[in-house]
Amino acid sequence: MAVTPLLEVRNVSIHFGGVQALKNVSLSIVPGEVVALAGDNGAGKSTLIKIISGVYKATAGELFFDGQPLVSRDPQDARSKGVETIYQDLALADNLDVGGNIFLGREPMRRWLGLSVIDREHMHKVAREVLDRLDIVIPERKLTGPVQMLSGGQRQAIAIGRAIYWNARLLIMDEPTAALGVPEQRKVMSLIQTLKAQGVAILLVSHNLHDIFAVADRIVVLRRGEAVGERRVADTHGEEIVGLMVGSEYASAVP
Amino acid sequence: MEESGKRMDRLALITKVWPWLFLAALLVFFEVWAQIVARRSFVFNLYNVQSIMLAASAPLLLAIGQTFVIITAGIDLSVGFVMGLSAVCVAQFALLGGQSAGSLVLASVGTLLVCLIPGYVNGVLIARMGVPAFIGTLGMYGVARGAGFLAAGSGMTVSVNHPGLAWLGTGWVPIGVTGVLLLIMHFVLSKTRFGQYTYAIGGNLQSAARAGINVKRHLTVVYMLAALFAAIGGIVYTARFAAGAANAGESMLLDSIAAVVIGGASLFGGTGNVIGTLIGSLIIAVIQFGLIFIDINAFWQFIAVGVVIILSVLIDQYKERLGREG
Repeated sequence: MAVTPLLEVRNVSIHFGGVQALKNVSLSIVPGEVVALAGDNGAGKSTLIKIISGVYKATAGELFFDGQPLVSRDPQDARSKGVETIYQDLALADNLDVGGNIFLGREPMRRWLGLSVIDREHMHKVAREVLDRLDIVIPERKLTGPVQMLSGGQRQAIAIGRAIYWNARLLIMDEPTAALGVPEQRKVMSLIQTLKAQGVAILLVSHNLHDIFAVADRIVVLRRGEAVGERRVADTHGEEIVGLMVGSEYASAVP
Repeated sequence: MEESGKRMDRLALITKVWPWLFLAALLVFFEVWAQIVARRSFVFNLYNVQSIMLAASAPLLLAIGQTFVIITAGIDLSVGFVMGLSAVCVAQFALLGGQSAGSLVLASVGTLLVCLIPGYVNGVLIARMGVPAFIGTLGMYGVARGAGFLAAGSGMTVSVNHPGLAWLGTGWVPIGVTGVLLLIMHFVLSKTRFGQYTYAIGGNLQSAARAGINVKRHLTVVYMLAALFAAIGGIVYTARFAAGAANAGESMLLDSIAAVVIGGASLFGGTGNVIGTLIGSLIIAVIQFGLIFIDINAFWQFIAVGVVIILSVLIDQYKERLGREG
């Protein structure tokens, strides 16, 4: 275990007014590792990923990214350092095509009759490359149509592809399979495997123990703002994780 | 699968090009009618073509700005009276400035600057203060209306005789000006980042903001653009009629929105383009002019345009459904 962690969260706490949403939470991820963040509603999962992605600032504690202190002004800043977050709504512009979404806000330009115009050919080419890299098949005629015509899994793949194209090294995924049908869920799970093989670190927030056990290497369980346990997937089982999530007083009731 | 995909493509193509087909059908209809009843040509008559394009120019100028607003899922109800305000302002400024070409340039620039104010206020209200576009621009509709009539003084119109204005308002010049502006804005919408962000904001404002697009500034600029084009429409109006009227654009507001919608834009935002708006404007102008040409009671044109608007919205909904299923 001599690998330097890509992300290290050290004793992070945050208050909102008088409410302590997180208390001394620590975790770390190495490149190519999938860490699942499990916990009941209100356990602090969303708060923690918002601190990592630059939305909130921790009241106490530190973040390290690639060995350097990670201080992000805002999500854009965090993104430029390689921390990308994919929320449930995917943040796609439904009326733009795949290339338009991958390059949204950072469109490549070319010269045309002395004027600077959007280079749609390049965007199209990159869209194809990104999808190929993720083994996603989208017919040519749909590639240039609005992404609202694509399935939930394909849209998820575009959001992931965008992050990867812009060199995300840590990908935070918030409930990526919550809105998907079963075949689509499988596709997203295999996407995560592909990214892992390519050395991307993934922090996966999920309610779905089935998903967690399918792709994660380790599970960090939060309860009421505290990290109450960390298990390697190989050494644990669903009941233990549920027990950690809901607390020992209830866990004893689980047969 | 492949067969049905191709059928879908064909249907999608038809829904996309229907405004063109409809315009062509209208021209054929009026041509045949004119040939049979009056034994003259409707289309192959330079005077007719020029008249239709002249009639289409001012509403088209409003509609170009409106296209950008509607793509962002907004609406600008104030453009009609901003056009009137502009028509009065340019007449008053030209009267003040005298007959030289330089005075006309100054009068025009002054008018554009005055009219950017309501556009800026619209933008601030909608983009920064969260006022719904319908309400914010309805308020500005009243403000611009009052300001226009006040600026006109005792009468509703201000007559002005200016050689420069006369040149600008006659023959192919206003058509040419409109055409050049149309091409520029088509370029901006289809080929620049500004255009791409206009679509992105209309598709999903949240996503656009998260991608780092300055949504507030962009929306403000879009409403200023709408006011700017309304102002240009007002200047062209005054040039054409040698008089600025405070209610110059009153009837053109709905025509401008209709042109955008007929041209394929959705009022929910995210779709539409300048060329579609051009076709929409031409369809309205051809209906209006054509019905007069074949000597049918002018009130029928309102009914005809109304039917076309409803038809285009129905086709748009069908297109949406096609998109989801295909």
